[in-house]
Amino acid sequence: MTYVPVGHDATDYAPPAETQEPELYHPKTFIGKYIWSQDAKVIAIQYSITAIGIGVVALVLSWLMRLQLGFPNTFSFIDPSAYLQMVSMHGMIMVIYLLTALFLGGFGNYLIPLMVGARDMVFPYVNMLSYWIYLFAVLLLLASFFVPGGPTGAGWTLYPPQAILTGTPGAGWGIILMLVSLAFFIVGFTMGGLNYVVTVLQARTRGMTLLRLPLTIWGIFVATILALLAFPALFVSAIMMTLDLTLGTSFFMPGIISQGKQLDYGGGSPVLFQHLFWFFGHPEVYIVALPAFGIVSDLISVNARKNIFGYRMMVWAILAIGGLSFIVWAHHMYVSGMNPYFGFFFATTTLIIAIPTALKVYNWVLTLWRGNIRLNVPMLFAIGFIFTFIHGGLTGIFLGNVAVDLALSDTMFVVAHFHMVMAIAPVLVVMGAIYHWYPKMTGRMLDDTLGKIHFWITFLGSYAIYLPMHYLGFLGVPRRYYAMGDTYFVPESAQSLNAAITIAALVVGVAQIIFFYNLVRSYFKGEPSGGNPWEATTLEWQTPETPPTHGNFGKDLPVVYRWAYDYSVPGAEKDFIPQNEPPSPGAGGAAGSHA
Amino acid sequence: MTTTLVALAVVMAVVIGWLLRQTLGTRPWADPRTMAAGDPSVAGLPMPSIKIGLAVFMTVATSLFALSISAYLMRREGADWRPVAQPLVLWFNTAMLGLGSVCFEWANRSARAGRAGGVTRGLLAGGACTLLFLAGQYGAWRSLEAAGYYVTSNPAASFFYFLTALHALHLLGGLWVWGTTLVRVRRGAAVRDIRLSVELCTAYWHFLLVVWLVLFGLLLFT
Ligand code: HEM
Ligand SMILES: [Cu+2]
Repeated sequence: MTYVPVGHDATDYAPPAETQEPELYHPKTFIGKYIWSQDAKVIAIQYSITAIGIGVVALVLSWLMRLQLGFPNTFSFIDPSAYLQMVSMHGMIMVIYLLTALFLGGFGNYLIPLMVGARDMVFPYVNMLSYWIYLFAVLLLLASFFVPGGPTGAGWTLYPPQAILTGTPGAGWGIILMLVSLAFFIVGFTMGGLNYVVTVLQARTRGMTLLRLPLTIWGIFVATILALLAFPALFVSAIMMTLDLTLGTSFFMPGIISQGKQLDYGGGSPVLFQHLFWFFGHPEVYIVALPAFGIVSDLISVNARKNIFGYRMMVWAILAIGGLSFIVWAHHMYVSGMNPYFGFFFATTTLIIAIPTALKVYNWVLTLWRGNIRLNVPMLFAIGFIFTFIHGGLTGIFLGNVAVDLALSDTMFVVAHFHMVMAIAPVLVVMGAIYHWYPKMTGRMLDDTLGKIHFWITFLGSYAIYLPMHYLGFLGVPRRYYAMGDTYFVPESAQSLNAAITIAALVVGVAQIIFFYNLVRSYFKGEPSGGNPWEATTLEWQTPETPPTHGNFGKDLPVVYRWAYDYSVPGAEKDFIPQNEPPSPGAGGAAGSHA
Repeated sequence: MTTTLVALAVVMAVVIGWLLRQTLGTRPWADPRTMAAGDPSVAGLPMPSIKIGLAVFMTVATSLFALSISAYLMRREGADWRPVAQPLVLWFNTAMLGLGSVCFEWANRSARAGRAGGVTRGLLAGGACTLLFLAGQYGAWRSLEAAGYYVTSNPAASFFYFLTALHALHLLGGLWVWGTTLVRVRRGAAVRDIRLSVELCTAYWHFLLVVWLVLFGLLLFT
């Protein structure tokens, strides 16, 4: 096999500046700089800290749930209602308030301006509002822990009618606060989302064509578009459910007898809610997955010292997944009694979406193939992601088939599936990304040894938690059950498995302390990182200061001459060429090498 | 959900079409110099960001209304659905909103031509028509109530209130921008400086007119 030098798109041409640089808003006071900040980097950190903070609450809830499942009849403070409330709050917080907010509000805000070569988001003021509304939504949600009746126990899917019927925990205040909080979240997100989309479209620096964007940006960009289009479905259903609850309309509420009393509702359609919810709910899983895909692509490329395999294919796969994710929602409703032909249709689309997804996995693996791999902590997390994602994707294909799903729906198998694919996989990426970009945010490296310990416990521990859960699902152990009771078909031994899972979950949970300790310690004592510790090509690593200051790029915005993946270019001096480095005549692989 | 899917398909067709134009022509690895000339993604972006921002926002609103309409159509299958007699005032309201759109268009054209008087008059008239529309919508609510259709009486009535309120809220948002623009005009801002705001308002009003026509048609014919 002969090697053709990998061509790449370095050009010595940079288009002239078209527009004047925008006026930057310059805050004078401490409060203006760090509290009411309009700087996307500060907003990013505000978003991240809030999201991780509320995420820790959800993590603690999951331990309590696991304690109950692993050691039933041991903890008197966990009664069935409390258990349901924990399940519901855990799920909703993790999906919306942690992952969505962290990937888009956190990483989106930090990385978009820096990676596209902009000074800031295009609408900084709206961006700031976005964060404060998000914070308000989080506070509303937290408030529901303290109101009479406690938070809602309807499950994160909030299905009516039970979500608003007395008898469900939190059917009064809890559910209202949840719905209102969601509505605020969506309003706040829309403000941020407008920024992310328009900044990518409008504020790219000279030479940064769409096809020179790092895949991280592509992932965040398309995920934001999905979110902007899908969140309205949740918004509409939240409003309608609020009206059913407060005014007594019957959008979703059928005629129903509750606790011996005929209620005033009549004719409403719970399945309508399910359609609306999952029309949002399925895209939501890709709202979380696409940024993770993008970030992983970049982590892998940087640390394999190779260009990403099939860049353009990766971009189109992201777009295809984004489009397809709007026509698979009813695979969450196979057991709702819908027309079998619908089931057939949705099973087909569900399987089709696996194609672009698999394509991405192949490309990651092919990028690793014969790479000059640096097995540092971010890379470990990225590779860990590939494992768990493949794993969860495969169980998804099981569940996508109606006949299989009918048996497995509402069992622990589903829990195992979506935790592999939507909990562990993206969280591994979040952690990898933090190890990767922390040096840019603080100017210091995170400790490597602690990082490796953290990775291995988290990665292996997650498998210890979720692999057995698949098996529990096969046994027929249902999800969202406080206790098994005497279920004749579930063998005794399932209980020992449950105990083991709980222990693994606690170990993984405690291991996160290592991570937080590392974050805090390194902030003060970490090794200084310099501007570009990973020898990466993308623009955020080329800023004049680390951490980047207000305005990001000093006096002049960078000019981009090449794509984001010029690693190990044959004949080049170093094994990476930053995006803003002009091609020097004759340097390897440059302009026209195999035209 | 078909309605939503159709609406989204249109949105996506636009997005994908645009992306194809941006990307298919460029082959990053082949001949580097093809990037230089006439690459649409590099060549000038004279479009102000705020316009793109509004376009994106209107897309989000489209999704919101399409989903509400889907919900309407699905809920309509219910056995308890009794169509509501549409109050006649809706025709008047529709005319007002249409007129409002025309006035904004007038303001917009005047702004482009630099005629300060036309801008002020167009804005004032457009805002007045919109306020009349909103008052008329409120009147429609009152007359429904008078006829015994409360929010909870019947799903058709619930949806009537829901859809009109959703639309009115969007108009109120527009009126806020309209108000700030008008204040700037009063304070003597040059036509040049408010041209963009007027243009944005105009686009938004046309959009909400179309949304209203769709909603009105839906309420009339179902
Ligand atoms: C090849 C790809 C995938 C397929 C075929 C697939 C299929 C399915 C199916 C059929 C269900 C419904 C199971 C049931 O309730 O009975 C399901 C549930 C779920 N999936 Fe996937 N999935 C895939 C990828 C993903 C990804 C990438 C994520 C997230 C990043 C995800 C997150 C979820 C979640 C959160 C649920 C459970 C929702 C709930 O009931 O609470 N899935 N998946
Ligand atoms: Cu799904």
